[in-house]
Amino acid sequence: MTTTTIGSRRRQRGGGIRGREGAAGWLFISPMIIVLGLFLFIPVLMALYVSFTGWKGNGSPFQGGENAPMVGVRNYTALFTQDGLKRDNFMQSLGNNFWYVFFVVPLQTAVSFFLALIVSNRFLKGKSFFRTAFYFPSVTSSIAISVVFLFLFANSGAVNAVLEIFGIQGPAWFSDSRGLFHIFFNAVGVEDNPSWAQGEVLGRSVWEWISGPSVAMCVVIILAIWTTTGTFMLMFLAALQDLPVEVDEAAALDGVSPWQKLRFVTLPMLKPTIFLVTTLGLIGTWQVFDQIYVMGKGAPANTTLTPAFLSYKQSFTSLDYGSGAAMSFIVFLLIIALTGFQRWLMRDKDTPRRGRRGPMATSGTRSGPAAPATAVLANDEVADSGAARGTTL
Amino acid sequence: MTRRTTGWKLILFYVVLVLFSVIYLYPFLIQIATSFKTDSASTDSPLSLVPNPFDTTAWKRIFGIGGDSSVPITRWLGNSVVITLVVTAARVFFDSLAGYALSRLKFRGRKFMFATVLAVMSVPGVALLIPKFLMVSYLGIYNTYSAMVLPLLVDAAGVFIMKQFFDSISVSVEEAARIDGAGVFRTFWSVVLPMARPALITLTILSFQGSWNEFTHFLVTTQSPELKTLVTGLASLASGDLGAGSQYPLKLGAALLTTIPVALLFFAFQRQFVRGGNEGADKG
Repeated sequence: MTTTTIGSRRRQRGGGIRGREGAAGWLFISPMIIVLGLFLFIPVLMALYVSFTGWKGNGSPFQGGENAPMVGVRNYTALFTQDGLKRDNFMQSLGNNFWYVFFVVPLQTAVSFFLALIVSNRFLKGKSFFRTAFYFPSVTSSIAISVVFLFLFANSGAVNAVLEIFGIQGPAWFSDSRGLFHIFFNAVGVEDNPSWAQGEVLGRSVWEWISGPSVAMCVVIILAIWTTTGTFMLMFLAALQDLPVEVDEAAALDGVSPWQKLRFVTLPMLKPTIFLVTTLGLIGTWQVFDQIYVMGKGAPANTTLTPAFLSYKQSFTSLDYGSGAAMSFIVFLLIIALTGFQRWLMRDKDTPRRGRRGPMATSGTRSGPAAPATAVLANDEVADSGAARGTTL
Repeated sequence: MTRRTTGWKLILFYVVLVLFSVIYLYPFLIQIATSFKTDSASTDSPLSLVPNPFDTTAWKRIFGIGGDSSVPITRWLGNSVVITLVVTAARVFFDSLAGYALSRLKFRGRKFMFATVLAVMSVPGVALLIPKFLMVSYLGIYNTYSAMVLPLLVDAAGVFIMKQFFDSISVSVEEAARIDGAGVFRTFWSVVLPMARPALITLTILSFQGSWNEFTHFLVTTQSPELKTLVTGLASLASGDLGAGSQYPLKLGAALLTTIPVALLFFAFQRQFVRGGNEGADKG
């Protein structure tokens, strides 16, 4: 190509290099703008509008009239202040999801941290095998995994077969709606609905609120921990490898015991990662959907109902789209608040790598932030193979 | 410190790790074994890894051998393959286009668009079920392949990954190309993209995994059995919509079939990831 052709082309387009770059810039991002605008941004506004209507799936939701009357904020208030089935279900789903979060987040954080500590031991052979083994469940389809768990926890399934070896009669996992804490209370001699727990909060008795997760929900909890620990373990591993080796040496010279080192050196230095994992866990656990869809759709006795699933059911099964959309916006706000909190937490430690992990991971799929962790895996492997800095317990 | 990692302690570590490996991998082994069992054997000996009797009925049904088409898994498989290939190819192309523009090309509103991408990434997927349904219905494409594919063609997280990657590599090669007179797209296509191989591999894997495992989007945008993918088909199979009885070998076989492509990809590319990552680091 000669200079004259460049010159003539530039004159044709009129704007010179900068102008061409500007046009090219918009052209390059136009597919993104179209897809995200058409299938994300505008739809969210549409759903916001529908959440203020009483649309039941007939006709167009946007033309008002008989099919989609404006009901103001009634879809929202019905969930909080009006006695009735809607509030009962919604409150129960919030309670269920709360207990789910209450167990999953601390356990997944603890187990993944524990595994990372062991796998990062410098003298260990076969590290990559263990890392792969623990991480594998999180790359597979959440639906496929749920199907496997349906079989494992079936009445005559593998888990009950294992329990039988130890002489324990396993429960009928998927049809047992008793809450874990209710079972505990009954075991220590507290009758159902004791007088001290009969007060009502938001339409449910205190006794119902403190039920704990049902036995059926426990399966979902176990599944969540099982599928997410690998991802979080990789994050902890990467952080452990980032620890300066000098600290290790200094600790060794001071002759601290392994426990002291864990308590006073490793844990404080991993605080940012622990926060990250916890908030990512919080964000992921409020979105649980796929597993619920496969494992009972809220049954037994609505004890595996979550707000995300209820909003789906309310819309697509009960055809009450207005109310379903209102529920999904409440979940939306909750998760956005948690995400905002997480980004705010991470704002100071904004080294490129860590900053990248944060927002990427929040885009998480239903099974938690599985996808972005593949990228973390790459980082982690590089760090591992590049600088042979091992950290030991 | 490290000197104190004595023999017995290491042995303890191995015991713990092997125990956890069993917990993490045994379910997959059971899954494989059970898909070769008979319906009754699957529940009589749920822990056994040796199918006795060895039975391929489930797999014959999965691949439609013997004329039983009550569970059209080959159809689902076909849908999954086509959709995943289209979505992955489109995402890799569009995401890197957008990522490149947001990283390199100077235009008004670039910062704002990037902030928007970040905001979009924090939108939880479960809050998009009703919105997506409303939009595809409004456009009149509900229950079509278009509804399944179009909304997935670009994803914000992929744009973000590519933008970060282009931020990390040197601009000098491109500048040379531009001075030599190559246009913006030409520079992008024949100079930048080849340099971006590591990031493209990552993006390909993430896109493949994401679209192969996609569930909720297909759940709310389609209805017909002909449009089921392996994942949505499996979900309806599992919830007992298709055929009576527990059918565990069939269900677990179908679940295995759903798991295999991503598993292969995962195992095949772990190494390449290391190499790719190193290349990127050298250049950066």
